[in-house]
Amino acid sequence: MSWRMWALKKSVWVFHVNLGACNNCDIEIVNLLTPRYDVERFGIKLVGSPRHADALLVTGVGTRQAIIRFRQVYSQTPKPCVVFLMGACACGTGIFHAGYHVEGPIDKILREMDPNAIIAYVPGCPPKPEAMISGVVKTLSAI
Amino acid sequence: MIEVFQNLFWILIFPGFVFTLVVGLLASWIVRKVSALVQWRVGPPLCQPFYDVLKLLGKEILIPQDAQRAVFVSAPLVGMAGVLLLSTMLWRITITQSAFVGDIIVAIYLMVLPSLALILGSSASASPHAAIGTSREMKLVLGYELPLVLAFIVVVIKSGGQLSLAAIAQQTPVLSISGFLAFFISLLCIQAKLGFVPFDIAESETEVASGIIIEYSGALLAVWKIMQALMLVALPLFLVMVFLGGFGTAGRPLVWGIGKYVLVLVVLILIKNTNPRVRIDQAMKFFWVYCGLLLAIAVILATFGNYYGISWL
Repeated sequence: MSWRMWALKKSVWVFHVNLGACNNCDIEIVNLLTPRYDVERFGIKLVGSPRHADALLVTGVGTRQAIIRFRQVYSQTPKPCVVFLMGACACGTGIFHAGYHVEGPIDKILREMDPNAIIAYVPGCPPKPEAMISGVVKTLSAI
Repeated sequence: MIEVFQNLFWILIFPGFVFTLVVGLLASWIVRKVSALVQWRVGPPLCQPFYDVLKLLGKEILIPQDAQRAVFVSAPLVGMAGVLLLSTMLWRITITQSAFVGDIIVAIYLMVLPSLALILGSSASASPHAAIGTSREMKLVLGYELPLVLAFIVVVIKSGGQLSLAAIAQQTPVLSISGFLAFFISLLCIQAKLGFVPFDIAESETEVASGIIIEYSGALLAVWKIMQALMLVALPLFLVMVFLGGFGTAGRPLVWGIGKYVLVLVVLILIKNTNPRVRIDQAMKFFWVYCGLLLAIAVILATFGNYYGISWL
């Protein structure tokens, strides 16, 4: 394992991307960043710009309007970076799979852009903060 | 030739880059840990700032298409070099007592350099958020430089017109009324210089998404973080030397000096954690009207005290 990935695992700065979510997952993510769960213990920090981020927390189904911005945000994130798909919609479009406004599963679009993208799935509607922490820990120990 | 190597050692290893960087990263851990304790959290582990810098050094550097490349890349290095020079100078004066006349003026100039570098770098990055950050940072620099220089003038008057830091560090102006006023206000100015919360208007994360450094990524962002860590050592150390009677004067143990430094740092952190962010016009008014007025009174008091020989004034 290279020193880059080792250092990345020790300090993950996250950027929150909402791609047309119903706000449920977003509330749980905000909940995750409160002092109750205190993810700064693991070096996880919320940043304001994708250029500072190591991980993108993606929520929502990926609407036609939002997917354009997601492509820009992903290309603005310095590599190596991890994309966390939070919630059922982001993992596989969920109940909106046949919607007229849905561009497609986010992981498929991401693979088209960057075949080597590191993608992690945290299912749930919405996932609990404990589930998110568990997903992040499992991903970081896998890469 | 030996002298050249010795000077390089001074700048790069012992009181300079490596030593100050380690102390500065520890200081930024103290900042995060104390903030966490204030917010009833556990906080990051001791090595967290080291991991952050190491990770940023290993990441890809993205340069915006419309950015002015040369300025964009060199601005962080210029800022870091300025703070590095300042901290080396201060440590050298502390350790060897070898100062030159007028070094307090050189120190004041070097303290402006990181803010100038931030303004240059962010205005070269071709981003509207960074432009807002730049304009705020410029106004903020205009705001706090006046009270900061006035505060140092109070100290110079109290010390009887001494312009060398080694002579100024022999006395403790904070024990007088005018000196205490000047110390208190320069603490707030240092808060603004470090970009800590009541005056973090230029890089407010919630409104302009970390404004001035929004376009920086990878190793260039790491250089900004290193610069902030170095400033976290140099600026409180400067306050200790100017107002609190120096770091390690003869006859006192080293713990005394470290205690003074940590005291200044913790006061800065507590101000950071108990105040909301102000608007830029509020900050300007605060620095120019209120701090300026208080410091004008302090200058008059110090002049009277010096003229009639009343040391507590």
